[in-house]
Amino acid sequence: MTTATTAISLMDACCSRCTHSPQTPCAQYLDCRAHGPLCHTDPACTAALNARRDAAMHIATRPIIYVGAGTCGLAAGMDQVIPAMQKALTEHGLDVMVKEVGCFGLCHREPMLDVKKPGRPRVCFDHVDVKKALAIVTRYLVNDEVPADLSMGIIATPDAAPDSPEFALPNLYDLPVLVRQRRIVLQNCGLIDPDALDEYVARGGYGALAKALAAGDNGEMVLNEVLKAGLRGRGGGGFPTGRKWQLTRAQQNTPKYLVCNADEGDPGAFMDRSVLEGDPHRVIEGMLLGALAIGADHGYIYCRAEYPLAIKRLLHSIEELEGRGLLGDNILGSGFSFHLKVKQGAGAFVCGEETALLASIEGKRGMPRVRPPYPAQSGLWGQPTCINNVETFANVAAIVDHGGAAFASVGTERSKGTKVFALTGTIKLGGLVEVPMGMTLREVVFDVGGGILDDRPFKAVQIGGPSGGCLPTAMLDTLVDYDSLIAAGAMMGSGGLVVMDDKTCMVDLARFFMEFIRNESCGKCIPCREGTTRMLEILERIVRPYRDEDTEATLQRFKSVIMLEELAQVIRDTSLCGLGQTAPNPVLSTLRYFRDEYEKHVFERTCPAGACRSLLTFTVNAEKCKGCTLCARNCPAGAIWGASKQTHVIDQAKCVHCGVCMDVCRFDAVLAQ
Amino acid sequence: MADITLTINGKSVTAQQGQTLLQVCRTQGIDIPTLCYLEDLFPSGACRMCVVEVEGARGLVPSCAFPAADGQVVHTHSPRARRARKTIVELLLANHPQECLTCVRSGGCELQTLAQDLGVRERRYEGARREAAIDASSVSLVRDPEKCILCGRCVRVCEEVQGVAAIDFNNRGFQTVIAPACNKSLGGTTCVNCGQCILVCPTGALREQSNLKDVWDAINDPEKIVIAQVAPAIRATIGEEFGMPVGSRVTGRLTAALRRAGFDLVFDTDVAADLTIMEEGSELVHRITTGEEPLPMITSCSPGWVKFIEHFYPEQIDNLSTAKSPHMMLGTVLKTYYAEKQGIDPANMVVVSIMPCTAKKYEASRPEMTDSGYQDVDYVLTTREAARLMKLAGIKFENLPDEAFDPAFGIASGAGVIFGTTGGVMEAALRTAQFLLTAPEGEVPEMVTREMLGHVDFAPVRGLEGVKEATVEMNGLTLKVAAAHGLMNARTLLEQVKAGTSPYHFIEIMGCPGGCIGGGGGPMPTTTEIRKQRAKALYNEDEALMLRASHDNPIIKQLYAEYFGKPLGEKSHHLLHTSYTKRSV
Repeated sequence: MTTATTAISLMDACCSRCTHSPQTPCAQYLDCRAHGPLCHTDPACTAALNARRDAAMHIATRPIIYVGAGTCGLAAGMDQVIPAMQKALTEHGLDVMVKEVGCFGLCHREPMLDVKKPGRPRVCFDHVDVKKALAIVTRYLVNDEVPADLSMGIIATPDAAPDSPEFALPNLYDLPVLVRQRRIVLQNCGLIDPDALDEYVARGGYGALAKALAAGDNGEMVLNEVLKAGLRGRGGGGFPTGRKWQLTRAQQNTPKYLVCNADEGDPGAFMDRSVLEGDPHRVIEGMLLGALAIGADHGYIYCRAEYPLAIKRLLHSIEELEGRGLLGDNILGSGFSFHLKVKQGAGAFVCGEETALLASIEGKRGMPRVRPPYPAQSGLWGQPTCINNVETFANVAAIVDHGGAAFASVGTERSKGTKVFALTGTIKLGGLVEVPMGMTLREVVFDVGGGILDDRPFKAVQIGGPSGGCLPTAMLDTLVDYDSLIAAGAMMGSGGLVVMDDKTCMVDLARFFMEFIRNESCGKCIPCREGTTRMLEILERIVRPYRDEDTEATLQRFKSVIMLEELAQVIRDTSLCGLGQTAPNPVLSTLRYFRDEYEKHVFERTCPAGACRSLLTFTVNAEKCKGCTLCARNCPAGAIWGASKQTHVIDQAKCVHCGVCMDVCRFDAVLAQ
Repeated sequence: MADITLTINGKSVTAQQGQTLLQVCRTQGIDIPTLCYLEDLFPSGACRMCVVEVEGARGLVPSCAFPAADGQVVHTHSPRARRARKTIVELLLANHPQECLTCVRSGGCELQTLAQDLGVRERRYEGARREAAIDASSVSLVRDPEKCILCGRCVRVCEEVQGVAAIDFNNRGFQTVIAPACNKSLGGTTCVNCGQCILVCPTGALREQSNLKDVWDAINDPEKIVIAQVAPAIRATIGEEFGMPVGSRVTGRLTAALRRAGFDLVFDTDVAADLTIMEEGSELVHRITTGEEPLPMITSCSPGWVKFIEHFYPEQIDNLSTAKSPHMMLGTVLKTYYAEKQGIDPANMVVVSIMPCTAKKYEASRPEMTDSGYQDVDYVLTTREAARLMKLAGIKFENLPDEAFDPAFGIASGAGVIFGTTGGVMEAALRTAQFLLTAPEGEVPEMVTREMLGHVDFAPVRGLEGVKEATVEMNGLTLKVAAAHGLMNARTLLEQVKAGTSPYHFIEIMGCPGGCIGGGGGPMPTTTEIRKQRAKALYNEDEALMLRASHDNPIIKQLYAEYFGKPLGEKSHHLLHTSYTKRSV
């Protein structure tokens, strides 16, 4: 979005000699954006196009303010900063362009805002509230003082004069969180206006498409490069993308469909959302290349409706591409046609499973079906269909641009390229990171992620979403690649990475993920539908208060613990789809690495992490208690006795183990054991 | 199909490319249990009962859907596979009411059998149960969602075989229930009451709305004259309920049993089928010769089908023959002509139709079906209910002597008999249409000899193919006819009518696959093979009868002579014909 008057776009014709339109496509249209005009020589046209290229590269004559307006930035408060700042700009009579950009990935620093003055590097600010925004306007824009104390660093730009005073600030990419990252998928995220096609194109965007169409080989070059690159599916399974494309390409039956799986549903995962919000064209270009490679002329992006901004950006991009003749029939006169639609999903987790996703697109209930036949043979409406994840598509343009070999030079033997992770949990530098495959988990957590909040001890990292696994300290040197993670009892998954400190109870964690999976089971196959419910019940029995338990309930609890593992095995062995087959993973992996913690819960009825409150005994430390009565007043069970300024006592018979007393006590006088 | 060789349970086995592991195993005498599997439909893979171990595969694979391949090594009953199956049954039992002793399906329940066969001896898993109310809103069907194991067979039959899709999965995960959209009650939906869902239900989650008590009470009421009428398909199916082989013809024993159960009179609905043919055949001739009503004319004997067209093709209801279905005709005739003749107060007459059909319960309750001044048919019992009634009455069916129907409506033609199978109504109509077209208009048909009739067998309309068609030359007229069974097949023909491309004069449609011998009120199980055997029994009975065509039936002749005058006459228009209602989807 630009607030100033809409300038003529780089995508527009330079003069009436340019004949490109969707109806009369010009094969050189994209090359012409990069180096044109190509069909005629006219200094005026050259100058005009160069000026537009500069504008698209943010080389402007007035300052630009970039506001992080991804969902994370808006949620952190940017929606309030923008109007306040604009008011200030008006009051100061400043001619400044305000540009909304997507998420840069440093979620722990949101809301973020950058300012770029003409001929200067881009200066980045974090934790921007209204007050700080106004200070930036006054100090940097009005007074031209570099506010070093407010800034977190700079991003160099091609037009920045070497003697700019901003260069005294650190380079943003030298920050520990960024220095070890390698950004392919996230290359443009947070830097460009996601709604501006010309900004993507000016940075080489759709160059891969132009190259692939110019090859005139029906996508064979694209397929070969992707095969050479060794790209594997980023949605979780890690199936080689090139192989999948090959299988679909080999099908004789037409039409064929290409589907982008943007039904990101893992708790704590937001990689795909950020890419779609921050750089939608990268995904669409990947789809165009994929469609060319498999011979599809129709495509769908299946995106959950909970991502309204991503959907808005996608729809805008598709509309703009159609208007420019880059989507639709006979793209750039090549004979290749591709029509793209966005299908909004209702947010069922299971719709991330490919056959359920296809059923949902067809308007049916989102339930998986048996495979074979695989979608490559019989997918959407019974036609050959290829389904890839957002991040997979976002890698393709770079592969075609720089060659599969260059891509394959990053990573490990069987896992190539980079992986985007959403770092969450008790980690210092939470956010979106893109790291080369083959980094160790320790490096991801401690070097890139900055370690554990409050410098508490690391306990475990949950990788691969709810059906991934929990890995302990001893496994921190596991490499981030598909096969190492599987061997360790976890999986790559789509990229959720939840870090936990010593206060996290692994039984409670398994229970949390089990509950998620139980709730998201589609209900079709028996082991998943019935089995996950029973597993959850067993876990709930483990953390249930035991004081009121009768003998039969105790027996039941022990009996069910014995069956927990067997049940988990059967669910894994027999479930219909990947969701069910991996449903027991939270339990199996925590049992594998934290069995002692389960045993403590079951046999000793304690929670070593102190997280399962129902197992704890709350007492008042007489030495610390000041008799303020706050706990007694807040106790929902009326279990706390004590007069004002007298030590309080908790009646264990009445205590419901909610822990409110501990939460409200200002003197740390309530103990939980 | 190329031959492949695989190893199953250590034994080398030859199979054909394209077969599933389940198919191969069944030919090898290996029984792999299934719950959601339905022959002829795309495997659902929901129940996971049929999982087997295939070496090299990641988990266990569902044999119902997994293609057999050359060199495969399969273990169907390895400890791992057996443990999985047993656990699945245990999981189902953990969420199932403990009502086996009182359940309508006890003894015939597939879940019960599996629990027995897999050696489940205790409930190892216990916890929350899905709670859902019984839906008794339909006149024909009762749904008990707590007994439902969500195998989805009913959903697939309703959608894929019947093209109705009245029910589907609602909610998700543990809260999933099968119900009409938005958890509505079945009564107000597009459900056509065909009962095919009951036939495929492995448990007692679906059953007919029982009228057993009503009938039993009527029988025990000395004031009431309780009349049973028996549909054609019953004689070829009810034996199965008493352990007799499929395809046993038990017409005589059935009559004896109903009499001993306390019915005052036992009549044959086949007689009314002959009456239907007279009316419907005349209507066809009338439509063809006058062009007053639209063609093709479509049969209206199958009440599930009638409700289907009312919902899904309401613009085509004028194509339906206005003739009532046979048992409704007989009900009307009994409460008018017969009551008058015998001096019985129709108010004291209770007509009970024994039908292979759950939709007949709905049909009998339709407000249109009161032309006699009373509810023309009081109660409909399905084949299964009739068998229960006999058991209740202490009847040892197998040992009964053969007895004849009561004579007033006891002699039927072979045409009436084959009404019970797909193509039968068409064939019966053709036998008479052939005659009607040659008879002087308006004349009451005289007895004709077999020789005069020419051929009476119309082979092209027989068999279990979904849509059958034939061209018949009659009296210089080329008649194009088609017959379909199963409502998905009916859709094919109706779409042609809708598009204006239907080449037919006359279409027979039966709602259930196979026709009434595959009816939703019939014995369980019902499979394609069983349908064939039952149909064969009806054709054998037809073959054995001297009387082959409806217009030859002396009772019919008497009926027209004494009461109705002629087919499509004023009285028959009033009593033997009906009207239809346009309904929405």
